[in-house]
Amino acid sequence: MKLTKEEKEILNGAQGQTKAKIMKTLVEFGDLFGAEKFVPVTTNGHLVTSFGIGLLKPVYRIMDEIIDAGLKTPYPFTVDPRPIDYKNVKCGLLNKLVFSKIMYSQQSHYEQQLSKIGLKNKNAFTCTCYLDEVGNTPKYGDVLSWAESSAVVFANSVLGARCNRNSGMLDIFGALLGKVPKFGLLTDEGRKADWVIEIKTKKLPEAQILGSAIGMKVMEQVPYIVGLDKFLGSELTDDVISYLKDFGAATASNGAVGLYHIENLTPEAKKLKQKLLKDKVKKYVIDDKELERVYKSYPVMWKNKDAKPTLCFIGCPHLSFNQLIDWTKKLQQNLKEAKRKKVCVRTVMTAAPDVVEKFKQMQEYALLIKMGVKLSSICPLMYTNNPIAGGKPIITNSNKLRTYSKSRYYKDDEIAKIICGVK
Amino acid sequence: MAKKVFKGRVICPGEYLGEAVVSRQGLNTLATFQKSALKNAKQIIGSDQNNPDVYGKNLTGIALVLPQTIGSTTGGLVIQTICQMGINPAALLFSEEIDSLAASGVILAKNWENSKIIAIDKLGKNILKDIKTGDKISISQDGVVTLLD
Repeated sequence: MKLTKEEKEILNGAQGQTKAKIMKTLVEFGDLFGAEKFVPVTTNGHLVTSFGIGLLKPVYRIMDEIIDAGLKTPYPFTVDPRPIDYKNVKCGLLNKLVFSKIMYSQQSHYEQQLSKIGLKNKNAFTCTCYLDEVGNTPKYGDVLSWAESSAVVFANSVLGARCNRNSGMLDIFGALLGKVPKFGLLTDEGRKADWVIEIKTKKLPEAQILGSAIGMKVMEQVPYIVGLDKFLGSELTDDVISYLKDFGAATASNGAVGLYHIENLTPEAKKLKQKLLKDKVKKYVIDDKELERVYKSYPVMWKNKDAKPTLCFIGCPHLSFNQLIDWTKKLQQNLKEAKRKKVCVRTVMTAAPDVVEKFKQMQEYALLIKMGVKLSSICPLMYTNNPIAGGKPIITNSNKLRTYSKSRYYKDDEIAKIICGVK
Repeated sequence: MAKKVFKGRVICPGEYLGEAVVSRQGLNTLATFQKSALKNAKQIIGSDQNNPDVYGKNLTGIALVLPQTIGSTTGGLVIQTICQMGINPAALLFSEEIDSLAASGVILAKNWENSKIIAIDKLGKNILKDIKTGDKISISQDGVVTLLD
């Protein structure tokens, strides 16, 4: 990489050894991908590491080093959801002991460390930082130092910001330095599509399964999707944004997609149209049969495959305000059909703290709670990712949660029926 | 029969002689390593239910042959952590160009943990076909991977 005079000085230790090591790490990272230079980060950061897992010793050690060096991010940052919420996601004494004393023993210490280097506020813990209620919403063309795969793919694809799929730690380093190496999804060439995905389904595909199918096929490459605007339209309405949030999360977790384009819908596809295609593109046709094949391919990881579910998580990534309203209606309808007043499977819905606060002002909130649903801002993935919860029959409508835990995936309508006891 | 040799780009150099484990599909770092790391185990047993190539296999101290890594952006941090714990694969051998998450992981491990993990990329698609799990391989400083008889 070609460095400016100031960058060279930082690398040589003029601003301290910690900053020099951060610079060295980012330079080596950029060199590996042919980056020619650094470009300035233009807005708030978002970090993926929100959980104070005891074993992540490198994180706490490096954070201490950063704090001791007096470094702070030029822009405040948000961070992924917390792993614990005893108030709304109750657990037994043994679970509490495992969570507080063993798994997340560093939670409070780590949150203090985050505050010292630039955490936005106490409500900053969500994977959907880009929603209006949270307010960490980049503009078209903004350069980011974000991690969290679902947030990166959303910012790139739906907002037209520019961010590589950074790893935990490198997100902090870029945010602290205020610079990131320019390569990959930060360049015009890197944002061109390698794949054309043709949607030939009879109705709007389930976002989580469509994303999974595309992610597994294209891996880290960029897909250009045609035929989806037939169902979604050409405007980024609140419902479309919610759909794309879930779709993108599945592409990123079932594959490694950092950017997708949807013809006539996402900003760069609207602006550049088929100029976004590389000279040689591969093609993948998705019809109803293909989606069913992908859905049927998910293994059931429960010990007893016929077990009755004991817990349901809805909201990975965190639900939007609209989705909370829609789920309330959906559960009302299903409970009416089942002639029940409350859900028969313990159900936790998750959303950003700022979204929860807004939803609490609505009459739907009281209805949802009356139906027996708990509302939390926890990270379902971190909750289910422990030896105790891992053995339980948990169900979810999240393809990301399915991928990283033993939770069993169901489509939205199916899961509504199960938790409401519709026969 | 001539020995099969693969030449790649050296990211973190080193020498190795021993067994290979091959993941023909993208390796989901978090899903593969998290279970053993969370348990503070002495060795990693692959825990990605969606990847039968590595599921249930020991991944500590071996040479892991893979196309790229996929999945959560905690991936680099996970690689750094398993290197800090000393339970990492001895080598990561990528058939394609290394992805940004794995690259972060090995660079973090090298600069912040003094890890000796070997990383070589751009070894070509054939390495995934020609080397099979359990095969003995050697790796040299200049990025040459040899399938031994």
